[in-house]
Amino acid sequence: MKNNIFSIGFLTITILLFSCSKELDTKPFDNIDQQNALNTSSDVEGLLVGAYGDLGADDLYGGGIFVTADLLADYNEISWSGTYQGMTQINNKAIAVDNAFTEGTWTDAYKTINDVNNVLGALSIVAEAKRDRVEGEAKFIRGSVYFDLVRVFAKAWNDGNPTANDGVPIKLTPTKDLGGAADQLPRDKVAAVYTQVIKDLTEAEALLPSSNGFFATNYAAAAMLARVYLQQGNYAAARDAADRVIASGNYKLTQANIDGIIEEFLYTRAKAVDNTTEDIFAIQVTTTSGINNFQTFYSENGRGDIGIRDEHYALFEPDDLRLNLINADAYSAKFDNVYGNVHIIRLAEMYLIRAEANSRLGTAVGADPADDVNILRNRAGLASLPTVTLDDILKERKIELSFEGFNLHDIKRLGVSIGYFTGGGGLDFDAPELIFPIPKRDIIVNPNLTQNEGY
Amino acid sequence: MRKIACSLLLTLLYFNTVIAQTIEVTGKVTDAKDGSGLSGVSVVDKNGKALTTTLPDGSFTLKVPEKTSTLVFSYVGYKTAAATIINGVANIGLNTGENQLAEVVVVGFGTKIKRDLTGSIAKVGAKELNNTPATSFESAIQGRAAGVLVSQQNGKLGQGINIRIRGSASVTAGNEPLYVIDGIPLQNSNLSSNGAATNSLADINTNDIESIEILKDASAAAIYGSRASNGVILITTKRGKAGKSKIEFGYFTGTQKPTGKVDFMNAQEYVEYERMAAANAYRLDPSFDYVTFNENRLRRYSAGNDDFETAKVNTDWQEQSFQKAPLSQYDLNFSGGSDKTTFYMGGQYLDQTGIVIANSLKRYSARLNLDHKVRDWLSMGINMSFARTLNKRISNDNDFSTPLQMVALSPITPLIDPRTGLTSGALDLNTGNPNTNYPVYYNPMLSVENASYTTTVNRTIGNIYASANITKGLTFRSEFGMDQLNQNEDRYSGRLTVRDEEVANGSGFNSTDQILNINTNNFLRYVTSLGDDHDVDVVAGTSFQKWKILSNSASAEEFPSDAYKKLGAGASKTDASSSASDWALLSYFARANYKYKNKYLLSLSGRYDGSSRFGANNRYGFFPAVSAGWIISDESFLQDSKWIDFLKLKASYGLTGNSEIGNYASIGLYGPNAYGGLGGQTPVQLPNPDLKWESTSSFDVGVEASIFSKRVTIEVDYYQRQTKDLLLSVNIPSTTGFLSKLQNIGKLENKGIEFTISTENIISRDFRWSTSINFAANKNKITDLGGQQIGTLNRAQEGEALGVFYAKEFAGADPENGDALFVKNTLKSDGTKDRSTTNDVNEAEDVRIGNPNPDFIYGMRNTFTYKGIDLDVLLQGVYGNDIFNGAGQFMSASGSNGYDNQTRDQLAAWKNPGDITMVPEARLFFANGTDNSSRYISGGSYLRVKAVTLGYNLSPKILSRVGMDRARIYVRAQNLFTITKYKGWDPEVNSDAYADNLTQGFDFYAAPQLKTIVFGINIGL
Repeated sequence: MKNNIFSIGFLTITILLFSCSKELDTKPFDNIDQQNALNTSSDVEGLLVGAYGDLGADDLYGGGIFVTADLLADYNEISWSGTYQGMTQINNKAIAVDNAFTEGTWTDAYKTINDVNNVLGALSIVAEAKRDRVEGEAKFIRGSVYFDLVRVFAKAWNDGNPTANDGVPIKLTPTKDLGGAADQLPRDKVAAVYTQVIKDLTEAEALLPSSNGFFATNYAAAAMLARVYLQQGNYAAARDAADRVIASGNYKLTQANIDGIIEEFLYTRAKAVDNTTEDIFAIQVTTTSGINNFQTFYSENGRGDIGIRDEHYALFEPDDLRLNLINADAYSAKFDNVYGNVHIIRLAEMYLIRAEANSRLGTAVGADPADDVNILRNRAGLASLPTVTLDDILKERKIELSFEGFNLHDIKRLGVSIGYFTGGGGLDFDAPELIFPIPKRDIIVNPNLTQNEGY
Repeated sequence: MRKIACSLLLTLLYFNTVIAQTIEVTGKVTDAKDGSGLSGVSVVDKNGKALTTTLPDGSFTLKVPEKTSTLVFSYVGYKTAAATIINGVANIGLNTGENQLAEVVVVGFGTKIKRDLTGSIAKVGAKELNNTPATSFESAIQGRAAGVLVSQQNGKLGQGINIRIRGSASVTAGNEPLYVIDGIPLQNSNLSSNGAATNSLADINTNDIESIEILKDASAAAIYGSRASNGVILITTKRGKAGKSKIEFGYFTGTQKPTGKVDFMNAQEYVEYERMAAANAYRLDPSFDYVTFNENRLRRYSAGNDDFETAKVNTDWQEQSFQKAPLSQYDLNFSGGSDKTTFYMGGQYLDQTGIVIANSLKRYSARLNLDHKVRDWLSMGINMSFARTLNKRISNDNDFSTPLQMVALSPITPLIDPRTGLTSGALDLNTGNPNTNYPVYYNPMLSVENASYTTTVNRTIGNIYASANITKGLTFRSEFGMDQLNQNEDRYSGRLTVRDEEVANGSGFNSTDQILNINTNNFLRYVTSLGDDHDVDVVAGTSFQKWKILSNSASAEEFPSDAYKKLGAGASKTDASSSASDWALLSYFARANYKYKNKYLLSLSGRYDGSSRFGANNRYGFFPAVSAGWIISDESFLQDSKWIDFLKLKASYGLTGNSEIGNYASIGLYGPNAYGGLGGQTPVQLPNPDLKWESTSSFDVGVEASIFSKRVTIEVDYYQRQTKDLLLSVNIPSTTGFLSKLQNIGKLENKGIEFTISTENIISRDFRWSTSINFAANKNKITDLGGQQIGTLNRAQEGEALGVFYAKEFAGADPENGDALFVKNTLKSDGTKDRSTTNDVNEAEDVRIGNPNPDFIYGMRNTFTYKGIDLDVLLQGVYGNDIFNGAGQFMSASGSNGYDNQTRDQLAAWKNPGDITMVPEARLFFANGTDNSSRYISGGSYLRVKAVTLGYNLSPKILSRVGMDRARIYVRAQNLFTITKYKGWDPEVNSDAYADNLTQGFDFYAAPQLKTIVFGINIGL
């Protein structure tokens, strides 16, 4: 009796254990095996959507890369009162090599680049009808990210010789597994990065449709190209690219509402909103995904870390409606909606690029520079100017695009000091302090990576 | 006692020469004090092999070999003793207390007598655990076991407690021990969604625990194989004993207070200080009128009026963050049984209010342990416990809404804004919205009043077993257990929390997690004696465990009013998700103990584990251990020693593993990445099919001795633990698109010594004084990280202990101008370090500024009894560790980092040329010396009066008149008094917002520990 029970028990357990060994082959529930990730066209399109998600990361087009650039280039227009050490370092132009924000920009950027490299590596799976669009969007993202990387992590185009200055490593292939030494990429030259940027964006413009929801269009690519060419001082190409966008008629400036608030920046309490007619490209923020880091740092509804000083007010004419975008407590009110989209390129910038390039070249492609400036002045409730000088255009640009991440790059391409618009003084455009350090974490794991001067 | 040991020895020698013929022996076991019969006492032979147990009246009858002269009797709570058989009768009176060597110790899949142990096991018994006025049982072992470092992150209830047994053995994988309750591995996951870990062990009623055994070396732990590297904690719950049924009632009630407070500036000091900071900033940067700006800010923070000029309002915000904190606990237990069936039923209600405002915990728990003899060869039983824990929680330490962050608010800010009559920050009269720039930060009081966050846990832990005696000495035991945890988190933040939540019309969150953890153990045990010299005890079996979690969560915004708090009322559902995860472990294990001539001990054990967590190429691992012991005191040359009663040498060597990493870590993964309302995916993890166990080889050598008529017992252990193939999250170039990959790279080691000395200082008829001291020193060193360095402030770095602090070396204020100075510490061409100073923090190198690991930890327990009165004093301490105050950059920042109120020590700031001070000049917004540096590090050593109990046992004579068996009243204090140089709230700290393997000794507005005083009563019927 006892022995029988024992035998039965033992048998049962043996059988049980045989079935148990299969239990060790567990499969993830929340994520999927990468081998099953890219089997169909829609899988690859899903990856492209995810790449936009990564593009919109905190320290990238979620706004971080622009907020840090503004802080770094500020001379006396804002007062930083935040408690993030990393941001304080940037505001003080004394960035540590392990600064979390500059590191975040670098790592967010390369994650996004790997996403789109994966998309581009899987193009053959994409349905033929969608292939051009998918390729175009991927290249738009890659070109834009490399452009923004090289702008902050390397010397400016006009600072010395771009073919000799170190840019950032260019990686154009997807990472499926570690490659050992092959992963330790050296920095490519600034010029090589710009060449890649222009190649990607030019191809993107050719491949993309003119209407593509909130995703990148051919005009988004053209607009980004205009920005790139302007940064290089290639005014003719910048002008033509900007003109292609404006001339398309696809975009329209928003106007001021009855309270004198330009609707592009209208705050209608925390709520996900669509792109405006003025947005050429914007990162989508919803209640469940995305972040607007302009809101985080500038808005009084966010951390309210950045106050606006009198020197900035002094730039404005008294009746400028854009003063309404600074609130009573001297915070920018451009970004008050926590779920507001992050405006990356809006039409106003295209008018300003066309105006500046036309003015510099003495041309009037698309419109006379004064007309392009006046369309923005009129919207802000200001009277038209009969003629405009280059300085007028630059000042208009300064006011119109304030706190949107343009300061640092304008200072650099103009070759002036950071205080240029508000009394002069401060660091010169080529000061090493105005370039982010290559993140320490990467310097440690990649011996081929050189550090920037001064770090 | 020496006589008994000696006669025992003689008996054993006698046994060796005798051929067995049986005789019948009868007898009675009584309590030596009151003469009452003791039921359920084990009657054992020379090998500790159970022969029988006593009947309810204490009597027994059994058959033993004819020449047997002695029987040994052991009973929980009583000293084991031997009685000589005279004319077939053996009567004995047992004394209460513990005879440490004869003590039964629970080991993996069995029990052993302490005398025969070859591994290193610390035991904490019910006596030490009972009535500990703390939420979780780990608090009760703090300071009581050598080499076991217990530290609670902070004083919030039901939150993280870290336990390190013989140091940290891993950099990236888990460092917490494996917990096993009545044979069933407990799941110990943190399911908190507010960034501060909860402690799922808080669901266990400490008063249900009979003993806790801590398996420290490989010999003891290797039978738990792949999860034993961090040690194993075996929890054994109480069982009933045959005899008169007992009813026990316990109650205690008392209050709790913070163990420490920090000295902050008052209103007058604050205003003067900020004015000084503004003036200094203006001097250095005349382009901005800091002085006017500052006056405006002070007025703003003074509720818009000029009260700050006269310090009319002087708010102590720190006081506001604490509350009166009563706690009470009620216990009711029944136990008893017959010779066939025994039972233990326990119920408890704990009602604890936290010292931090808005924090409280209630726990209801019940347990039933039942054992039944089905046949004389078959017994079965069930252990079942249920607990329901309601924890009203507060935000993590790094959240503006956590109450302790109130200390950052200005003392000139009134509690109630005179303009609105409401809590400061509640309403801005201009906009009708909550204030966004008054007070200086979001006022946590708004969350206290307008938000709630409740975590409810229902936990069922239980197992059933059957044990069959197949043939003589051979038993088969089958156990099936489960640990089921259901958790709900429910949060609502009302309209007035908008400045913190950034949501204007209320936000709610609700999540549910279900964990099912099932386990089955099936094993054979064979105990036999071959001849008289050879004793063998073999265990072999299999085990299978599967763990699975199902979770979902949702959140909503836009509530019609704050009266509605459930998500259904939120018009905008902002998030919803469900997720799942699982792992499984299949194991085969065996252990053989061999004892020769009762003095040479050998133990071999091994476990073969297969885990779902590892790569297809390395799924199974083998973990063997060997240990040996030599009871020297039984050798002829020591037998006559006058002062050595017992002496054992032991050594062990073995391999254990660590698999505490996330699930699916070996698979290349894509994960969801939504954008703009569309589903998307991106790569999230690189594959590593070679991923395998992290393994630790441990060597332990130890001595156990009992001397001077057993008045002094000593245990000393030396160990070395070498961990290799670390499961390391290895940084990789981010140009790959990934930051890290989990790989088996690296080595670290722990070396240390432990000793425990227990002495009976005074034993007289009425007075008794005994002392137990434990001490442990551990040295942790990372020997190989594949060249990488992990972490910035707390680091893992080759050649250093895990978590060492690296930052700039602070050199105080420049006597010339008040600039913060840092020692450069750059390497000069001659290889020496440049010790000159700089005011440019970037010119200084990061150097090691401290170590969060203590050099040694210790505990000392003194117990005194005088007649019915007993006094028990436990001291506990750590020595040599450092603490970094991460909030120093805000609260001790020379007023140069915004408007946070400053600790009073900042008043010593540099003021005039020639001033020598460690506090740089106050400069508003200039961040003068606020970078991470040794400015914010301080020693964390402490010595604590951990627990003091003064009790009085009413005399049985009086009690019997009122029908009671036992009655005891006591006063108990926990964390009564702390000696430390640490200036923060409490030196036992690790911010719950940051705590992980690496981040240790990091303070960040962490709530201090609880100083508790309770009055209690226990009644037994």
